[in-house]
Order: sequence, then C-alpha cells, then structure tokens
Amino acid sequence: MISVYHYMTVSAILFALGTYGVLTRRNAIVIFMCIELMLNSVNLTFIALSSHLQSMDGQIFVMFVMVVAAAEAAVGLALMITFYRNRDSIDVDDMNLLKL
Amino acid sequence: MYDKLWLIPFFPLLGAIINGLLGKRFIKNEKIIGAIGTGAVFLSFLVSCKYFIQLLGDSVKSHQNIVASWISVGNLQVDWGFLLDPLSALMLMVVCGVGSLIHLYSIGYMHGEEGFYRYFSYLNLFVFSMLMLVLGNNALVMFVGWEGVGLCSYLLIGYYFEKQSAGDAAKKAFVMNRVGDFGFLLGLFLIYWTLGSNHGVWTINFVEITKNAHLLSGDMILGTGVTTVATLCFFLGATGKSAQLPLFTWLPDAMEGPTPVSALIHAATMVTAGVYMIGRMNILFAMSPTTMFVVALVGALTAIFAATIGFAQNDIKRVLAYSTVSQLGFMFVAMGVGAFTAGIFHLMTHAFFKACLFLGSGSVIHAMHHALHHAHLDDDAQDMRNMGGLKKKMPITWATFGISCLAISGLPFFSGFFSKDEILWWAFSSTRGNMFVWAIAVIAAFMTAFYMFRCLYLTFYGEQKTNPKAKDHIHESPWVITLPLVVLAGLATVGGLIGIPHAIDIAHIGNKLNAFLAPVFQHSQELYKIEAHGTASTEIILMVFSVAVALAGIFLAYVMYRKNPELPAKFTAKFSALHRVVFNKWYVDEIYDALFVNTTKKLGIFCWKGFDVKVVDGVVNGVARLFGVIAATLRHTQTGLFQNYALTMVLGTAVMVAIFILN
Amino acid sequence: MEIIFFYLVALVAVVSGFLVIRCQSPINSGLGLVNTFFCLAIFYVMLHAPFMAAVQIMVYAGAIMVLILFVIMLLNLGAEARHRYTKGIVWSSIASLMILANVIFFIKRGRVTGAEGDITAFAVESFGHTELIGKAIFTEFLLPFEIASILLLVAIVGAVVLAKKEV
Repeated sequence: MISVYHYMTVSAILFALGTYGVLTRRNAIVIFMCIELMLNSVNLTFIALSSHLQSMDGQIFVMFVMVVAAAEAAVGLALMITFYRNRDSIDVDDMNLLKL
Repeated sequence: MYDKLWLIPFFPLLGAIINGLLGKRFIKNEKIIGAIGTGAVFLSFLVSCKYFIQLLGDSVKSHQNIVASWISVGNLQVDWGFLLDPLSALMLMVVCGVGSLIHLYSIGYMHGEEGFYRYFSYLNLFVFSMLMLVLGNNALVMFVGWEGVGLCSYLLIGYYFEKQSAGDAAKKAFVMNRVGDFGFLLGLFLIYWTLGSNHGVWTINFVEITKNAHLLSGDMILGTGVTTVATLCFFLGATGKSAQLPLFTWLPDAMEGPTPVSALIHAATMVTAGVYMIGRMNILFAMSPTTMFVVALVGALTAIFAATIGFAQNDIKRVLAYSTVSQLGFMFVAMGVGAFTAGIFHLMTHAFFKACLFLGSGSVIHAMHHALHHAHLDDDAQDMRNMGGLKKKMPITWATFGISCLAISGLPFFSGFFSKDEILWWAFSSTRGNMFVWAIAVIAAFMTAFYMFRCLYLTFYGEQKTNPKAKDHIHESPWVITLPLVVLAGLATVGGLIGIPHAIDIAHIGNKLNAFLAPVFQHSQELYKIEAHGTASTEIILMVFSVAVALAGIFLAYVMYRKNPELPAKFTAKFSALHRVVFNKWYVDEIYDALFVNTTKKLGIFCWKGFDVKVVDGVVNGVARLFGVIAATLRHTQTGLFQNYALTMVLGTAVMVAIFILN
Repeated sequence: MEIIFFYLVALVAVVSGFLVIRCQSPINSGLGLVNTFFCLAIFYVMLHAPFMAAVQIMVYAGAIMVLILFVIMLLNLGAEARHRYTKGIVWSSIASLMILANVIFFIKRGRVTGAEGDITAFAVESFGHTELIGKAIFTEFLLPFEIASILLLVAIVGAVVLAKKEV
C-alpha cells in the first residue's frame, strides 16, 4: 500500500536535487528551473498530505504556490532578459555587484 | 498671603535673561541696561519689604510657598518651594537692599565698559541665585542657589577674562567652592538618609528637618554622632563658600573682578551664605557641641590669621578682602558659641560697612584710574602707596569710608560695636563659649582696628604720593557712586540700633533683632541649653575692655602711619623675615600649590601619559586593530556571488535543523 | 500492482530531476523538468486530485516551461562550461545531503494523524474534484484568491516594464 510517507520521500529527494542545482549551476535559467523543481516538490507534499488528511486546504495552497511561481517566472525571466541585454550573458558569476 | 514669594527671585532672573540675551544686539544703550538691572533688583527689594512688614505683623512666623513639584521619586519629594521666616526675611532685606545699591553704583563704575550688558546680566543672575539660596524651603533649592552663586562668582571674577590673573582667580574660586560644595552634599545625604532609614522621615525640607532633628540624637556613624559628622560636612561647605580656613585663599584673589562685584559677592552676600546655612540648620549644629567648638575655633583662627595678612598688604582691595575673611571668622565664632542671632546680626552690619568700604575703595580706584589714565601713566591704581591725602579731593568718599572704618573697628554706637560686642560677650559667657576663643577674637578685633585705620591713613591722610602729573585729575565720583556710599554709611552708623544689648539698654528699647529672630533660634537654644550667663556688670566691663582694645589699635595705627610715617619702614627692616612671611600671606598659596595643585597636576599627567595614552588608548587601538585583522580575514568571504551567500544560508539552516534534531 | 506503478513513476521523476541539474544544455534541463512535472501530475491523479493534475500540466508544463524554453531560445543559450570551483560543488553536495537527511528524519519520525476532513475519495468521485475546489476557493479563500489575481497583474506589469528596452 502506498502511504503518505512514500510521496513525501520522493518530494524530499526532489527538493534536495533542486537545492543542489541552485547552489552549483551557473546558468541563471537553469537555477531558475531548479527553483521550480523545489516549488513542485513542496506542492507534492501539500497534495499528499491534503489527500491523506482528506482536507481541501493543502490543495488551495498549491494553487497559490502556482500563482507565485507564475508571477516569479514572468518577473524573473524579464530580469534575465534585461541582464542579458546589459552583460551579454546570464552567467551568475558575472552577477557580482553585491561586492561593492 | 505669602503666595507671591516667587516674585522675589523672579525679577532678577528676568533681568538677567533680558540683559543677557538682548543686551548686546538690541538694547545697547547703557542707561537702559543699567535701569533694567537695577530696577529688577529694586523690584525684588520692594516685594521683600512688603513681605517683611507683613511678617512683622503676623503671629505665624514661618510661611512656605510651593510653586511647583520638581523631583518626585519614591520617598524623595522635592518642590520648588520658598520659605519665609524671620531669618530669610532679614537676609532678603540685606541681599536686595545692598544689592540694589551696588547695582546703582555699578552704573557709574562700569560706565564705558565693553561688556556692560554682560556685567549686569551676571550681576542679576547672581542676585537671583543668592535669593534662591536664601528663600529655598528645602536643601536642594538652597543647593541650586548655592551652586548658582559659585557659578556667578566665577563669571564675575573672571569678568576681565582677557587678563590671565583674572581667569586664574575665577578658576581658583570655582574649584575651592566645589570642594566645599562636596561637603555640603555629603552632609545633606547623610541627614536625609539617616532621618529616612532610621526614623521613616524622608525629607530635605528645612521645616521638617528642624521639627524632626531631635530623632537623630541617638544615631551613630563611624563611632561618632550622625549630627556631628553631618554638621562637620556642612561646615566644610560653609568654609568653602565663606572663605574660612582652610579654603579661604580664593577670596583675596577674587579681587581681580570689578570692585562693585567684590562689594556684592565678597562682602555683602555670597560669602555670608555659609553663615546663613549654619543659621538655617542651627538645630543640627546645636545638637553637636563638637562641631560647634570646631566652628568657633576655625572662625577665631581665621579671624586672627587673615588679620595678620591684612597688616602687610599694599593693595587697598586686598586689605579689605582679608578684612572680610577676618570678619567672617567673627561670624563663625558667633555661630560656634551658639550666638546665632549675634552671628546674623554681625552678618547684617558687616554687609553695610563692608559694602560701603568696598564701594568707597572702588570710588577711589575709579578716580585714581581716570587720573592716571588721563596723565598716561600706568601706575597701579589700587596701590595705597600711590594714594594719600585724598581727603580734600574726595570728601564724600573720605567721610563714608571713615564712618565704615569706625564701624568695623567697633567704636561705640556704630553698628559694628553692637554686633561685635554681642559676639565677644557670647564667646566669653556662653555655655558653648570658651576663654581661648574669646581671647583670640579680642586680639583679632585689635588687629582689625589697626589695619583698617592703617588703610584709612595711607589712603586719605598725609601727603599725596600720587605721581604729580596725575595729581590734579583726581575728582570726587558722580552721584550714582556717592549716593550708595552715603546710604550705606548711614546704615553702617545706625544699623546696630536694632540689636542693643540688654546691659546698656538705658532707654528700654529692647533687643528688637533678638525678638525678631527668636522663632528661628530660640527653639534649639532652649532645647540644648545654649545661653549666655553672666551679670550685666561683667558685660559692661567686657564692653569697655573691647572698646579700649579697638582704641588701642586705632592709636597704634595713628602713631605709625600719621605721626611718624617713617616708623613702619624701620619696623619692617627690623623684622624683615616676619614681614616677608606676612606680606606673602604666610605662603599659604605656595603650600597649597606644593601639596595639592602640583600633586593633582602630577596625577593628571600620570593619568594622561601613563594611563590614558598607554592603557585606554591601547585598549581602544587594540580593539580597532583586532577588528581590522578579523575584517581582513573575513573580507574574502564577500565574493559578491549570490550562490556563495545562498550556500552559506542553506548550510546554516541545515546545521541548525541538525542541531535541533540531535538535541 | 499500484505500488509498483508508484515506484516506476517515482524513479522517472527522480531521474528527470537529476537530469535537470546535470545536463549541460539548458534545453535538455528544461525537457527533464517537463518530464518531472508530468510525473508529479500522475502522482496528483493517484492522490485523488485530478483538477490539480490538470492545472499542473497546463500551468507548469504548458505555460511556465514554454516561457522558459522561449527565453532560452530567444537568448540563444548554448551549453554551459564546467563549474570552475570544485569547492562549491563539495559544499553544495554536503548542504543538499544534510537537507535530505533532515527531511527524511522528520518523515521517518513524523506521525501524520488520521483523516479528519470530509474530502474523501468517495466524495471526490461523487461530486467532482473541480466543484469541491471551486467551492473552497470562492467561499473560504475568496479574499486570498482576489489578492493573488492582483499579484499576477503586478507581475505582468513588472515583467513588461523590466523587459522593455526603453521606458
């Protein structure tokens, strides 16, 4: 029988993979995709628990996560286009303005 | 109705603010500034008169006027409150009365000075502080005034601040006063704490303290009575403010200020603060015979010590300054032997004749200064060796100065006679009196007569020793200067009649002052059995004796400085070593320099070079360097790459969760 | 039977996720991500949430991924060079593994309580998932829903403003 723990374990693995990707990749768009991956792993946890607890709340949360992800995608990609236009690159190693 | 008491200090404060803030830019006119300054004090004088008369006709002799609450912390309740009783009423009359005369005088004396507005602002502020001191119904308000007069004396002594010596004298006065203030505060804390913690009476109100003082009789601290320790602390404060041994050296130096300032601060008002304070707390002093004896002894020693220095000074103002110190010594003798009324009496008469003497000397200096200036000479305008024979040139000044000399010497029926004899009588016969103190006081009285007449003869008699070029330019001063002189001389003549001793009261006028001040002093005198016991004939004999002593002093001065003017020179040649010591004021300043000033300086230099530079700066620089090193190491972590920051954040979160799990 | 199917889908999801982070070309990463999204949609169906599965495919696989792939192609991005610092990889691995370990620990230790709501599999089948979600959104969560729409509007405006050449 598939328990809620199975789903959550899959979710944990995906989340860790996403984290690794965010920390190691240099391409900003790939980092962006890794963040989507992390968000989705969280969504899986939400829905698994929602189904297990027979409550609708978790799924509503997923809806809002999706809204935020969509908004983030729009703004983030627009930022990347602007950055690319200025630097001719979307390599995060070129984004070092935080150092003064 | 005593609810307008606050008006009395308010007027001078207002005057000080107006003159101080607007005087330089907006008013400018000397006449208006002078009128504001003098008018403010005169208004206070009128209000004081009203309340004085009201108090005379009132059966209740102690009234408080609370204006506002000041501090309210736990058990400590302090108000801006004023207390009117016979003691403060009398002081009000003296301070405002003499004060307004001196203000009037200053208009003439300070004519044409650059800082005219500044001078009047300070002068008003000074009167304000003195009135707060006198009127305060609790020790903290009194302390505000106490510090205020210290500050104003600093400002006024340093009035000619471009002169090095004036600045130094101002600082000296301030520091010495601070030493005394420290004692005052300690005494206050001790009384407040002991009354509160041992007896549950948390108060610094004078009326309350007086009412509850008897509770303190059994309390001990450091193996001594609390009252003894506290009153000794208070007395330290009094020595600082009233220039007694060992804190007297600032007063003669304070003559660097303008002469009316000397008259106001150093004769009539400020220095009497110590005497007034003892009078205000008379019950505490009465409870401690030890302190009383110390007070009397210090007073007597100061009286004779300052008098000896007065012998050899040539600066007219310095002679008067040492005379002030000496007369204050008399007042402390009075306080010490329990003759509170006599002390306040002498305070009052001394305010009259000493203010007159100072203003008279100011008149002489003013005339000399103008004459020398006119003749383009830079002789010392204050040196008596440049004077002489001024009697004809300045008759009013001569007459008033002479009357005051007679008064201070204690010649019969001048004011000084009554007050001084009262003190001597109490010193001789009081239960707290002492033959030794009496003897010293009598010798000091002899010396007083001698050096005052020496001063008089050198200044006004004999041939004129002024440089011939300046000789003819010396004139009598204008009316604003001579009017206060005449008024003060009048007071110095008749002022003593309010306190005629019982023994010679032929007309049965009665001792008005004694009766007036009785509500303040009688209680403690009766409670602690302080009284003068002796027969009227003894008193009369003593009186005759002291008059004889004074006459002897005058006669000696006459012989030495009038009859045989070459005698003093012979005398100094014969006792040159003694003369040098006395002329140099017993080297007290030098001893203080060696003992305290230089030690403090060395300590300061040690703290600066040894402690501050090496330890404090070392620690500060070390900390700075440490952070520099840490920062230089840590700056490598600031890569500017967000992934490094994200990594740190994730690692930190993960480690924290792990720690949570492991726990 | 069902558990085998679950493991199969889970394997595909994890392998696709691995591809997302290992592929040199961003296009390949993107396709791996789409694959993961589909696997998650399957999970949602298995969890009796068919509406969420549909939304997942439409919003993520459909809209967001198309947007991302569009940007990749717009910018004409090629394969990425190897990461320069091994130090970053080592520490990142440690961090991710610690995260994984922490989460697994909580999952193992956790006690999820029994069902308490009324959205049973039976209810979903009889009423329809869409209707249930619709009721929840338009009654209980109406205000957050409206706010979310405003958020989307702001995001659109922001994206336009940022991406425009000259404002």
